Amino acid sequence: MSEIRSYTMNFGPQHPAAHGVLRLVLELDGETVVRADPHIGLLHRATEKLAESKPFNQTIGYMDRLDYMSMMCNEHAYVRAIEQLLGIEPPVRAQYIRTLYDEITRISNHLLWIGSNGLDLGAMTLFLYAFREREMIMDMYEAASGARMHATYYRPGGVYRDLPDRMPRYRESPWTKGKDLQRRNEWREGSLLDFIEAFATDFPSRVDEYETLLTDNRIWKQRTVNIGVVPPERALQLGFTGPMLRGSGVEWDLRKMQPYAMYEHVDFDVPVGAHGDCYDRYLVRVEELRQSARIILQCVDWLRANPGHVMLKNFKVIPPTREEMKDDMEALIHHFKLFTEGYCVPRGETYAAVEAPKGEFGCYLVSDGANKPFRAHFRAPGFAHLSAMDEMVQGHMLADVVAVIGSMDIVFGEIDR
Amino acid sequence: MNVNRQSLGGRLADHFGDTLRVVPGTGDAWVPTVEVSPEHWVEVAKALRDHEEFAFDQLTDLCGIDFLGFGVTEWETSEATREGYSRAVEGLGPGRFGWQDLPESDTVEHRFAVVAHLLSVPHNRRLRLRVFLADEALPVIPSLVEVWNSANWYEREAFDLFGIVFEGHPDLRRILTDYGFTGHPFRKDFPLIGNVTVRYDESKGRVVYEPVEIEPRVLVPRVIRDDSRYRTDDVDQAAEEAADRDALQAG
Repeated sequence: MSEIRSYTMNFGPQHPAAHGVLRLVLELDGETVVRADPHIGLLHRATEKLAESKPFNQTIGYMDRLDYMSMMCNEHAYVRAIEQLLGIEPPVRAQYIRTLYDEITRISNHLLWIGSNGLDLGAMTLFLYAFREREMIMDMYEAASGARMHATYYRPGGVYRDLPDRMPRYRESPWTKGKDLQRRNEWREGSLLDFIEAFATDFPSRVDEYETLLTDNRIWKQRTVNIGVVPPERALQLGFTGPMLRGSGVEWDLRKMQPYAMYEHVDFDVPVGAHGDCYDRYLVRVEELRQSARIILQCVDWLRANPGHVMLKNFKVIPPTREEMKDDMEALIHHFKLFTEGYCVPRGETYAAVEAPKGEFGCYLVSDGANKPFRAHFRAPGFAHLSAMDEMVQGHMLADVVAVIGSMDIVFGEIDR
Repeated sequence: MNVNRQSLGGRLADHFGDTLRVVPGTGDAWVPTVEVSPEHWVEVAKALRDHEEFAFDQLTDLCGIDFLGFGVTEWETSEATREGYSRAVEGLGPGRFGWQDLPESDTVEHRFAVVAHLLSVPHNRRLRLRVFLADEALPVIPSLVEVWNSANWYEREAFDLFGIVFEGHPDLRRILTDYGFTGHPFRKDFPLIGNVTVRYDESKGRVVYEPVEIEPRVLVPRVIRDDSRYRTDDVDQAAEEAADRDALQAG
């Protein structure tokens, strides 16, 4: 009779495959996982408590730092919650810009996911490919908001400013010149919308490149097929949302089922998996990349044809422009009050959710009529996904833990908040 | 779909009778809010999950709320005073006092509440469940883990941050705060700056915990205004946009 050998192993908090600061206490029988106990909170910054101590608008910047891979989607949920409480509706153009940037964000997030997940499972090239494209998305962020990642671009009542008419170009330098410079600036001759259009038109061919590396790759399939299987009933029970839920075969997408912004007016398909394993979740996300590009092109068309306001003209909530402020006493007073005190939000509570790249990102706001939220709670998709870790890896090998973490697409900014 | 949502509150009241109370609509009228008493908490949750008419098969979110200081301002806005700004920075309010002088919690009837957000995938509907906890010193509520497994970590979080005890929870440990943390940081009487600082002591050769030295302070005081300026519906957006578009085309 063999001896029972059970090991307890510490995975993380500093581990390249832990996608941040995850400490995973694994109980192993040989190389088989018996129990997994994730310890989280190493990145806890009490965002919700900070939000309670600040005027509403000052928290938008914190949203970028929750899920720092899908910045604008977080902002969207928070801003929508405030708008619901205030009872205001942003202009249509702003809503289209939000739809456009939500999808750009989705591509950015999925690119990082596909790159790092590939890297975890041994596909190095993909990481380089994905970051090549991601760089252009950073440029789109920068052109619109002025920041590469932490944009603070969405505001209650619209977006901070309209899209620029001119896309910034590379300048000549000892390293970039001649034909090289021309090639890099090829898409940047026109406006930001031209750049986004060129990117989104070309993007499906890039997705093809990723797929040639992975989809039929024997090693990739060996690592992901039938790993971390979650049946649909369990996925609902465990609070799964987004690609995790769709990978298990539940057709549920907030953009279709409870549409917000302009998702009602754009065409796209929702991919659904069949087996609920890591491979299906991979396929779902890859298809989402293509669908996002489709939505982006529709938004670009609309935005080109319909110039207009991107912010409400309601100076009780939205600050006046710089010029107005210099010109008009009333505007100056509004500006002063908005930036020293903020605006008061009527008493009430609301829950606003968006289909963030990782799943349902929700914001629950309780207001007692003050200029700060009384309670803000953020529903992070990764939190629910990671709580299912134990169930998903039981009986799998140690190496599969990495595949499962990768397929969850977790980011600790949002889980620890 | 909208009609369904509006009548959901009525149907809930019909089905459950006195065990729950439908709260009149607030910020998002299409998510009905329902208040349940602690003794019916699990029973109502099970019925909401299993009854075909409701079929709330997912618990999307669960969190605690501390209602201490609800509706209390740090700056009286109704009348002018001679004290100026100091009345806002010196006065006591939740989150800006030391550990010794806690505020009285007599402003609210029940201090702690647990709020759960449910989602019904077959009916495409949401519902907000709320329960107020009677005992302020030791808020206890039965756990929902058996009904929806996703409640597991959410309840651990509410326990960690608010000190709400979930009876029957299989593994009620702290989740977000540090190992060995004391107190429940999201309670309104827990100072925003915390109680201890951590630093590495070279002479002792280890990390030491010390009381916080900095003073709590508030940059923007909390004010409540409900005068007519905060009515937001009086701006005719569409008309203004149309006028602007005309001007754009003319120019």
